[in-house]
Amino acid sequence: MSAVFEQIFQVGFLAAIIRIATPLAFATLGEMFSERAGVLNLGIEGIMLLCAMAGFTAASLSGSLWLGVLVAVLVGALMGALHALFTVALGLSQHVCGIGVTLFCSGLAYFLYRLIFGQQSVPPSIDGFKPVPIPLLTDIPILGPAVFNQFTLVYLAIIAVPLAAFVLYRTPWGLSVRMVGENPRAADSAGVSVIATRFQAVILGGALMGLAGAFLTMAQFNAFTFGVVSGRGWVAIALVVFGRWDPWRSAGAALLFAFVDALQLRMQASGLGHIPYEAFLMLPFIFTIVAMAFMSRNAVAPSALLKPFRREER
Amino acid sequence: MFRLEARSTTPAWFNLALPLIAIAATLILCSGLIAVAGAGVIEAYGVMLSASLGDSYAITETLVRAAPMIFTGLAVAVAFRAKFWNIGAEGQLLAGAVASCFVGAIPMPGYLAMLLMALVGAAAGALVALVPATLRVKFKVDDVVSSLLLNSVIYYALMALIEGPWKDTFSGYPISPPIEDSANFPVLIEGTRMHLGVVVALIAAPLCWFLIARTTLGFRIRVTGENPEAARYGGINVQRVLISTALLSGALAGLAGVGEVGGVHFQVMSDISPGYGYSGIVVAMLARLNPLGVVPAAIFLAAVMTGAEAMSRATGVPAFLSDVIQGTALLAMLVALLFTAYRIRRVGAQT
Repeated sequence: MSAVFEQIFQVGFLAAIIRIATPLAFATLGEMFSERAGVLNLGIEGIMLLCAMAGFTAASLSGSLWLGVLVAVLVGALMGALHALFTVALGLSQHVCGIGVTLFCSGLAYFLYRLIFGQQSVPPSIDGFKPVPIPLLTDIPILGPAVFNQFTLVYLAIIAVPLAAFVLYRTPWGLSVRMVGENPRAADSAGVSVIATRFQAVILGGALMGLAGAFLTMAQFNAFTFGVVSGRGWVAIALVVFGRWDPWRSAGAALLFAFVDALQLRMQASGLGHIPYEAFLMLPFIFTIVAMAFMSRNAVAPSALLKPFRREER
Repeated sequence: MFRLEARSTTPAWFNLALPLIAIAATLILCSGLIAVAGAGVIEAYGVMLSASLGDSYAITETLVRAAPMIFTGLAVAVAFRAKFWNIGAEGQLLAGAVASCFVGAIPMPGYLAMLLMALVGAAAGALVALVPATLRVKFKVDDVVSSLLLNSVIYYALMALIEGPWKDTFSGYPISPPIEDSANFPVLIEGTRMHLGVVVALIAAPLCWFLIARTTLGFRIRVTGENPEAARYGGINVQRVLISTALLSGALAGLAGVGEVGGVHFQVMSDISPGYGYSGIVVAMLARLNPLGVVPAAIFLAAVMTGAEAMSRATGVPAFLSDVIQGTALLAMLVALLFTAYRIRRVGAQT
């Protein structure tokens, strides 16, 4: 047991947790905004992949990493708008559309990547983001070098969590989002445009998923592979539920998952223990399914989730 | 001025027209990608068509690829009819594949092995589908998310098996040991891969149609999906119907995995399904949840997949075009379905 504790309090291990949690935090916050407005976005897995590809390609062709991030965010927002067009404007079933968006986006990502880069034995890579140490804060023992010697996108994720909570709970727009997700009829009566608010929330969500994709190919792996997302979108879906649709709890869930993931990577590398690493990878899914069974008694999910809104139908 | 107006009934020809319109729209939209890749659109689609349906060998290859999607398409169609949102056909397929591979590796007479593989594979799929159904019935847990998340659980379980205790000792790759030769599904046409499982899939579709359209259980499934309140009022045990639907749906998805093990791969590997479970959703929607429509819809997707590889070799357009076509077809079909609920009516400017 003490060996495990020693592992945990290593700078490298803490830093790894933060890095693994970053794309999950972006994706989870994105999905959360969408779901709080009443729109389940199962397109997340595909959107992340397409954004990872688009950002990588833009950065690779232009030589500018930040242009890559911008492209990824724009593509994410655009795909969010596409999902909103189908589910909010046309009122089509959210889960089937989401699967459609995921199939469409992953197909497009594979297709365009192969078209642009061809088939290479070694996937082309880019010179990705470098850690930017924050003066003074890096001097805090253990925590400093782990948290404050990271990529700029990591700091952005750390800021994004309180910002998301502030936007959701303390701004008029956040109130509108929660209203259209809980009781669209009442929101409509109060003069809030359900359609517009849902569109905005799903688009914001898509942009955040874009940041998640960008982080994977421009900071974490510095290359695009077909398995670069490998279920992280589905993890985010689970984390939103596990985090009870709250930015703080969702980010906490992302950290918890990152801890388990980092631990399994360490154990795999060191040959510690005989538990297959897959057992750790399935934990968040199993936990979420079990948690859902307990949570359903006190309804915490946005009431209008999965329900399209049509004004004339009362 | 035009207005959307609710429609109460839909003409029968819609069942055929809507998927065709959706597919036409999809092919037109995706032709843009072919043009971007610098190939002739007519040529590319021509190669796709001739390589997938152009000669008898190509047709058998397409049918072999269609078989798992017929099963997953049926699984989704049956489930969605009862509004049991089974997004988990992928995991149920994998469970069926693993279970049938275990059984197929035990030495026994061939026909007994095949029968047991089908039974055990179907049971494994049904068991997986039972989880989201039970959670929904007992705990009111959303079946969309729970069935989706189970896919990842099953996938990692499969990986743990083939990278760990179940790894084939004679192979360097993470794959399971092969099933017994006697358990390999017989090839029906010499020189092709057309196996017994394909015929079973083709027979399963009309059987499912009969079950949905002509039996009491089918009636209960339809009423539960269309109007659960009325079903309850009419004395139907909605919860029990949901459980039965889940078992049936999961068993069908499990059979998709059985066919892949018994007829195509003869063992289990991590990529035994290139997303056939998700393709099943596309197939079921194109079929408008009608089991008879599942067969042509699955053949269409299979033709796109086999054709895309030949198209890629001939024109240089990446074969991933088939993935884009799949996603676009699903979205196009969903939009086309709007015409079943609404009609566009011209409204006079004064009125």
